[in-house]
This record gives sequence, C-alpha cells and structure tokens, in this order.
Amino acid sequence: MLKLKLFKAEKRSLEGGTVAGRLTVLDIDKCVGCQLCMFACSRRFGEGGFAKSAIRVRSIGGVERGFTVIVCRACPDPPCMKVCVTNALSLRKAGGVTLNPSKCIGCGRCVDACPLKAVFWDNEANKPNICVHCGYCVNYCPYRVIGLREAR
Amino acid sequence: MTLDKILYIDLSKRRFHVRSRPDLFEKHIGGTGVAIRLLLEECPEKADPLGPENPIIFAVGPLTGLFPMASKTVAMFKSPLTGNLGESHAGGRSASAIRMAGYGAIVVKGTSETPVYLAIYGSDVYFRDASGIWGIESSYTVGRIIRELESEAGLRTIMRIGRAGEKMVSYASVVVETYRHFGRLGLGAVFGSKKLKAITICGKHSVNVKNPQAYRILYDKILQLTVKSQVMRKYHDIGTSSNVIPLNELKALPSLNLRQTSIKNAENISGENLAEKHLGRRVSCSHCPVACIHLATLREPYEDEPYFYKTTMVPYDYEPIYSLGSMLGLTETNELLKLIDEVETQGLDAISTGVVLAWATEAYEKGLVTSMETMGLELKWGDGEAYREAVRRIVSQPNEFYSTLARGVEKAASKYGGMDFALSFGGSEMPGYHTGPAAHLTFLTGARHSHLDSAGYSMDEDNAKTGTKMTPKQIAEALFKEESWRQVLSSLVVCFFARGVYKPDTVLESLKTVGFNPDITLEDLNRIGVETLKSKNAFKAREGFSHKDLKIPRRIVETETPLGILEEEFIRKGIEEFFRLLQ
Repeated sequence: MLKLKLFKAEKRSLEGGTVAGRLTVLDIDKCVGCQLCMFACSRRFGEGGFAKSAIRVRSIGGVERGFTVIVCRACPDPPCMKVCVTNALSLRKAGGVTLNPSKCIGCGRCVDACPLKAVFWDNEANKPNICVHCGYCVNYCPYRVIGLREAR
Repeated sequence: MTLDKILYIDLSKRRFHVRSRPDLFEKHIGGTGVAIRLLLEECPEKADPLGPENPIIFAVGPLTGLFPMASKTVAMFKSPLTGNLGESHAGGRSASAIRMAGYGAIVVKGTSETPVYLAIYGSDVYFRDASGIWGIESSYTVGRIIRELESEAGLRTIMRIGRAGEKMVSYASVVVETYRHFGRLGLGAVFGSKKLKAITICGKHSVNVKNPQAYRILYDKILQLTVKSQVMRKYHDIGTSSNVIPLNELKALPSLNLRQTSIKNAENISGENLAEKHLGRRVSCSHCPVACIHLATLREPYEDEPYFYKTTMVPYDYEPIYSLGSMLGLTETNELLKLIDEVETQGLDAISTGVVLAWATEAYEKGLVTSMETMGLELKWGDGEAYREAVRRIVSQPNEFYSTLARGVEKAASKYGGMDFALSFGGSEMPGYHTGPAAHLTFLTGARHSHLDSAGYSMDEDNAKTGTKMTPKQIAEALFKEESWRQVLSSLVVCFFARGVYKPDTVLESLKTVGFNPDITLEDLNRIGVETLKSKNAFKAREGFSHKDLKIPRRIVETETPLGILEEEFIRKGIEEFFRLLQ
C-alpha cells in the first residue's frame, strides 16, 4: 500500500534538524529500493542527484536478496568525532554529530572511522555528508521503511 | 551539472572523449529525441548491425535525477533482428547513474579484440579485461562478480549480457541491475559483437535547478499525483500481470501461437494467483515510488536430499506470461516460472523467445520441421522441460535449425515455411495483444514495432467496451498522435506508466522549473514529438524500410478478435493513412 504523508511545502524546513530525534530503520523488508530518501536528502539543499545525500540504499548482493539502508544511527559515543583532527564534528544532544564545515579540512578520517560506512562524501565540496536526523527523508518514504524516533 | 555532455567511447582504440552538444539537447530535449540524431550521425548507411561501425547510444533527459519516474534510459542502435532501427528502454538505476556520472548521453563504438567491460566513474573510464567472465553460464553470476569487483553499490548501474548476447542471438537482451532489461530488438547481440560483456556506470554529481523553491513545490505535487493515482496502484499491487484475466475474458490473450485468444487455466498464470502464492518481493527503479517489478519465489525440492529446497526469485510481468505462458500453453505456474528463469539466465528477450518457440511448436506439429531438425527434442504445447532445453539450444546453436531460430521467427519461417503463422511485425515478434485492428496497426506502423509505440491495444479495449467502430483513417490519426506524444515522454525519459501524471501542463512546468527552456510551449513539445518520429522513420527509410513491404501475418486475420475478424484490406488502409501522416 502506498501511503505518503507529505508536509505542505512551506511548512517543511530544516527546523527538524534541531528536534532531538533519531532516524531509524523500521522495517527493511518493506524497502523496494526506490531511493526516494536519497533524493530527498539532497533536495534539502534545493538540488537533484545524490551529491549531498547522507543516506544510501543499496541491495545486499543483488536486488533478489533485498536492500539495506545505510544511515547514521546517532551513536552516543561517535567514532567519527573522535578521529576528527580539527574538532569539526561535535556531539549532538541526541547522539550523532554536527559538522562545522568551516573547521573541516576534508581529510576523510571520519569516513574510515564509521563502522556502518554511514559517513558519505561530497566530492564537490570535499566534505563529509553526515545525517543530521532532520527526518526530511522520512516524509518521502512511501513504504514506512524509515522513521524518526525520539532520542534514547 | 549540465545535461549536454556526451561521452564517446571507442572500443577498438580503447579511447574515449567528451564533447559538449548543447545544440542537440536544446532542440530535441534528450532521450529518444537526442538518441535518434546521434544514431543518424554515428551509424553509417547500411552498417552491419554486428559490425564495429554500429554504435550503441544511451540517452537520458532533463528531468532525470530531479523528478520521480524520469528513470528510463533510451538505447539506440541498428537492430540485428530487424536490420533496421533498434530502440529499447530500460529503467533500474541506469538513467540516474548516467546523469550523475555527468552525461546526457553515451556513445559506444568499435569492437574490442578481447572481451572487455567498461567501468565509468564520472569522468574516468576504465576498459577492464572480461576474458575471465566471458562464457559464464548465468547472467546472474556475471552480475554478482561485477558487483564485487566495482565500488559504489547503490549509486551505480550494471548492464550486462548473458550467453545469448555473446552468441549474438538476434533477440538477446541486456540485463540491467537485475530484472530490468533492454529487452527488445537485440541490443545484447550488439554488445556481444563488440565483445562488450558489461557496462557499469556511477557518479555523484549534483544536478542543479534554476529555482530550488519552485522545484521542491513541484516535486511534491508530482509525487502526490503519482501515489494517489489509480493506475499506479494497479502497477504496484498486482502489476502488469493484472491484465491476464481481463484479456483472457475479452478473448484477446494470444494463446498457442494465436490459434486461440483465451486459454484454459489462465487463472493459474494470472497476476492475482502469482501474487497470492508466489510474490516474494516488489522492487522499484531508482526514483520511482511505484515498485511495479514483481518477483516470485520459486521453490523447488532437491531430488537427492529430502526437505531441502532451492529458492529462486523470478521476475514476472504480463509480457513474459503471455509469450512464455499462454502462447506455449504453459499454464502450470512453476513450469512457467522455470521457463522465465531460464530465459533470464541466458539473457534473451522474453517476447521474441516465446513467439519463436510457439512458431517452432506449430511447425513441428505440422511436420515442417521434424526431430531431425530439433535434434530429438519433441516440442509440445505445455511441455516446460522441452522448452527450457530449446531455449538453451537457441543460445548454443548446435545445428542450423537452432541457429535459424536464433535469428528470429521471420528468418525461421522463410527457411522452413509456415510464414502464415509466423507472428512477425516489421521483423520483430508480436507483443501480447490480439485486441483488434489498432493493436496490430501499432505493431506494424510503430517505429520500433512495439506495443508501447502507440498503444493501439488500449484503443481497441476502449472500443470493445463502448462498441465504437473506427475507420482506418481515424485509427491511423489517433495512433500517430499517440506515438508523437510518446516521443516527448521518452525524450524526457519519463516512464510510460507515468503518462497520466506527466500530462502536457506538468511537463511544461517541470521543464521550466529545471531551467530547460523558459519559453517552451505545448506547440513546441508537439512539434518536437512529430519531428522525432519523422527522424526515426527517416533513419528507417535510409536503411531500406518501406511500409509497402510490411507483411501482415495471415494468422492475425484468421483468429477472431474482440472486435471481430480483421480484414487485411482494412489494415493496409490503416498503414497507408499512417505513413501519409508521416510524410
């Protein structure tokens, strides 16, 4: 069943980013691999494509076996933050990190540190894309695969 | 990132370069509109479809990567099946991958001396040795290997051929991701002739728009329209196979090589039954919420081990159910799924394969071919095991008979007889609709002889419901209008399933929003559609096509349609009228 509840465009903003929520995968078996979440993530910045996306959907070795959603789980003690040499990553209240792009030198150590491989790279800006748990993508998942939960 | 960059790859010299061609995209939008111009430029007159001079062209459109369901890639080439225009569309992740790699189109020419596959990462192109994966039995395995060899899972497309492509079966397909295909007209054979086993493409470019705010608003509008539409629900819930029962009841489901238009036990192979008993997963193309791709689980016991089963995911759609099911009298669900799986494994076009096998069965029944030709294989309606073996032999081509079958039904019938029941339209095998005159006029007049060119079957179905009678001229005009508009959709590379969402107003608004051309009007779009259609037919004429040579298979005027027995003269008139409009 297709169920899609979109906010009215003018109400949607990045304000969700400050809500103490946490993006989570609710039921991966419902995922059809449409990647609408990935497109939504880049569309926050008013552009198409995936350059700014901090979420990725891929098959687990061929679509016949289903999909996996790779996204920051908002760990309370984030390894990406610990390896950041310029302190560009700071701990978010609800877990995970916030990036200060003016401090980031684009060394990419955070990418290697994340065991989930959930730190993505923006080749154009040479900076990481890390989920801010704003929940924008959740509104575009037609099958309720992902959701926003309150922080632990 | 702009759309107008074209990547040119030469397999003979193993070189590539990029050219900016804003002229092409501004005038012809993208997709099919751009691809046909590139084909006219790149394909020399009377080129050998299996020669190095035959180009493979992929093109996407200005909405790709930006709006939902602009997710198709148009492939163009000279077809080894018809010896003329080859055009096939596929989804999966192909379109978004091409666009995000930074291109609007890709042109592949030349022939490699040794097996090769291409890995395209944005502006980097690698010619990888494929000798180690050439000849692998299953197209699935090839996908698995390349998946491991290359990076960026989730952002890439993997197009590959199976053994059918390597052996240059005229209707070999190119498998995209898994379960999507450039199915029709033999792109797989063109890949094979170039020793090109696969192409993987990925990139992470951003796609910018002129007005981000307007873009987001329009995006939501289009997405809402999509998820609320009834048609979309149909494609999601049961999928195209929901057509089986209605067409069977209407007596328009071609069965047993179109000796019948309905078949006993059709409910077995209906979308409803498959969904209830076998549906294991629904899958979507990138940037499409619909998930029309239905996968059945096929559970087969191992003979040598009790309580142990092999579970395979098999894609099903209306067309393979028609061509490999009702056409072959195969209404046992598991047997049908096994045959679809074999066709998929070998990398063949399901429609052509089914129609070829249906002809072969009737020819065998009539004694035109004997067990001498079939090498002892008894072709019998409903015998799945025999058909699976026949499929493997069409690919391995152990004798002249099977090599001839591998060239398509028209070639087979010109050699062995039985042209009256060879269901070939312009050299391509018949799609699954015997609904009335408009369906067949679509197969005959459509630029690629596909039911999707102008969807005459849909017109017939409406006429059957309302009792409307149309003249050949009226049908021709309606088909011309539809095919012209579909050129616009496939230039935008919008999936035809979304045609109800992308109505002219929405198309114009979306083009303006992405900054394509602020002054574009509906008249412009209609003009571009007609011009594109004319260009395709100009290519066909150049390559020797004339509508006067079109053969009307006798079988279609013998077997009654829901709109009565068809008359050859009526159809001829329709053809004449259509091509008058094209002048």
